[in-house]
Amino acid sequence: MNSVIFLTIVLLALSSYFFGRKKAILIQSNKRLTALPKFYGYYLAIWCGAPAFLLYALWSIFEPSIVRFFILSDYSSQGLLEGELNLFYEKVKSLSRNQYSGELTAELQRSAEKYLNFRDIAKWSKVVIVLSLLIASTGYAYTKISNNTKTREPVEIFLKGVFFLSSLAAILTTIGIIFSLLFQTIEFFQVIPLFDFVFGMHWYPAKAFVRDASEALDPSMYSDTFGAVPIFAGTFFIALIAMCVAIPIGLLSGIYMAEYASKRLRQYAKPVIEILAGIPTVVYGFFAALTVGPFLKDLGLSLGLEVSAESALAAGGVMGIMIIPFISSLSDDVITSVPQNLRDGSYAMGATKSETIKRVIIPAALPGIVGSILLGVSRAIGETMIVVMASGLAANLTLNPLESTSTITAQIVVILIGDQQFGDPKTQAAFALGLSLFIVTLVLNIVALSVVKKYREKYE
Amino acid sequence: MNKEERLIKRYKAEKRFQFYGKAAIFMALLFLVVFITKIFSTGYTAFQKTWLVIPVNYNADLLYLDPDKKPTTEDINDADFYEFGIETFITLDPDASEDQIMELKKMFAFTFERELKYYLLDNPDSFGKTVDVKLTASDDLDQVFKGNYPRDIPENRRRASDYQLKIFDKLNEDGRVISEFNASFFTNADSREAELAGIASSFMGSLFSILVCLSIAFPVALLAAVYLEEFAPKNRFTDFIEVNINNLAAVPSIVFGLLGLGVLLAVFGLPRSTPLVGGITLSLMTLPTIIIAARASLKAVPPSIREAALAMGASKMQTTMHHTVPLALPGTLSGTIIGLAQALGETAPLILIGMVAFVNTIPGTPMDPAASLPVQIYIWAESAERGFVEKVSACIMVLLFFLIFMNLGAQLIRHKFEKKWN
Repeated sequence: MNSVIFLTIVLLALSSYFFGRKKAILIQSNKRLTALPKFYGYYLAIWCGAPAFLLYALWSIFEPSIVRFFILSDYSSQGLLEGELNLFYEKVKSLSRNQYSGELTAELQRSAEKYLNFRDIAKWSKVVIVLSLLIASTGYAYTKISNNTKTREPVEIFLKGVFFLSSLAAILTTIGIIFSLLFQTIEFFQVIPLFDFVFGMHWYPAKAFVRDASEALDPSMYSDTFGAVPIFAGTFFIALIAMCVAIPIGLLSGIYMAEYASKRLRQYAKPVIEILAGIPTVVYGFFAALTVGPFLKDLGLSLGLEVSAESALAAGGVMGIMIIPFISSLSDDVITSVPQNLRDGSYAMGATKSETIKRVIIPAALPGIVGSILLGVSRAIGETMIVVMASGLAANLTLNPLESTSTITAQIVVILIGDQQFGDPKTQAAFALGLSLFIVTLVLNIVALSVVKKYREKYE
Repeated sequence: MNKEERLIKRYKAEKRFQFYGKAAIFMALLFLVVFITKIFSTGYTAFQKTWLVIPVNYNADLLYLDPDKKPTTEDINDADFYEFGIETFITLDPDASEDQIMELKKMFAFTFERELKYYLLDNPDSFGKTVDVKLTASDDLDQVFKGNYPRDIPENRRRASDYQLKIFDKLNEDGRVISEFNASFFTNADSREAELAGIASSFMGSLFSILVCLSIAFPVALLAAVYLEEFAPKNRFTDFIEVNINNLAAVPSIVFGLLGLGVLLAVFGLPRSTPLVGGITLSLMTLPTIIIAARASLKAVPPSIREAALAMGASKMQTTMHHTVPLALPGTLSGTIIGLAQALGETAPLILIGMVAFVNTIPGTPMDPAASLPVQIYIWAESAERGFVEKVSACIMVLLFFLIFMNLGAQLIRHKFEKKWN
């Protein structure tokens, strides 16, 4: 039914475009038009389609909750809990689809009939109201173009409005992220004290297995379960290992590319290194788990060291490889934008090329380099698949790179893989972790971008 | 230290520094080479499939069919090919004990029933005769034949028993083990059995996700970029939108997964595990990338184009839609393709919205549950069976092929169609 209404609206709008254009051509025979005939068509089509579609969309969004309100209004006085009402409503819905297999009560039967009745009324009134709005608005627009009013301006204003709404998509996404994270996190902190989360030393979310809803409200069973210190420590530790690999290689290759490399080397080596950034992270994860992890383990055995197959070193090292191109190309850009006269001044004083780089160019480019490193750190903290596949899933508090440890992102995946139950502190814990991740990366990005921007302005 | 020695030292330092730089680039390239060789060397065998060709006697008695009458399609469909298969396997070693018969059966993929049946359906003339039929070898033997399994370790640490290897070697000597291009890797859906698992379902899942992502992200991003670049007044609100887009581009992908889970699934009640939800989540993720690319190419269109159109009496909207946007389209398109390539390789957000479920059917619409190629890599990589390792590498090769293809496409569009303004 819904798709029929939708298609009808689209078809009517399309045909009214041709209708409006034809009308304009008719008008043209005895009057001067205010705009090109096609604008008359657009005008009519917009008035035909837009209001009806908007009403249709709003109706479709709000219909289920309104129907639910009417069905449950009979029982609202009985003082039932929200969960019981939900359960009852689900039963009513499945009964109305003839898929109900539980115990039949008179109440249920009555409500199901009422539900079907309501759905029918809603469906037909939707058709009638949407179509009458369509006819009314089209009629209004038709009298307008018959009177030869301005059509181009309203059409352009409408288009501009659509453009503006599109530009809000980014803001809406941010709001969506913040709300979905914040909402669950607040509920989480109603059960688990914020202090326990931020300073707790033990993280065993698997312990918080809830069988039914009444159990979830008992905070005592979660004591010492959701302490995020090992997770935060593991995240920064793995990011540190990654940066130990990425900063020297990335920075040195960036410097070489900018200062020494011949045009040909630059032309070929740069895009090839950037391929490293384009490889999906799941591929790195597989590589780390299948090749690097066992390799390090064997290497450790031959040296007499105990190395876990899922060591932080394997995950961090591979993550570092992934980050090399971010640092190398950003620092390359930054170094190339250092003005030539600084170099010339240094050479004139008799400095060698490497002395110029070390003593003049790097200090001059330092803010930009720091910015690129911060962006790399933010990547490392937010990286998920490498850690999930190559590092441990148990949260150990350790500073030994040969042992396994876990990160924020890996824990989110561990908790949310498979079926989730909303309202369960375990699920909410994942959102709390997500919020901390979001805040940390956001701060890093804002700092990094503003540092880079200031730096650019300095030399432009 | 005199002047000369100092100079020598400084030149040495210069040489050293250059060497470090070269070494760093060499290291980065080395990683890439090791990486690609590792993937290819473990993955290429997955494109070959091992078959065992065994003599099968389509004897009417064994199938409990009427020997005098030619069986109809229905008769064949109703016949019991499991028992028939076991009887056929016994002919490989008539002295086999009860346990050995089980081992014989395990030399073949569990689809042997279907394969025997379809052979007879396709070749009804072979009824009552003994013919050679090609059956899929089990994963273990497949790996042995490809040399991925060591044979010289003790039997209890091997998946294939001595007995199976003996029969297998005998078949091999008779030329009854053949290796052919593994078409089923591309046409089968996922399976718990490595020898039968294919990428068709995850490929379709990726395709649908990317199409949904494209159809949402491209128009919205293009219109948003046009608004911000051409129409927006310079005020604090548009500055805010701009900062917002830049920050959104750097938000970790897993956060978008949480958004999909917390809003699309929990609030809007869209169906779990479907490419529809995956595509919407990915579109939110790629939106900033495309907006930034589109804005850059709109900025690159010189003002003289706009001024000329305005001078001819075009309205602002006409100038934009007829002149600026078409000129900025190649750059936007290549940015879109790069954004889509990123989305294609994305795993974490899709895991959170449930696209990690085991799906053994090929999805027909974006509303059917599905996996995607990177998620398939994850699922197989987590699986313990040895046979999946080569499948993972092969799946990675397919994924990388598409990524390279898309990136080359983006380059091509940029070089062919983008106008250079000097």
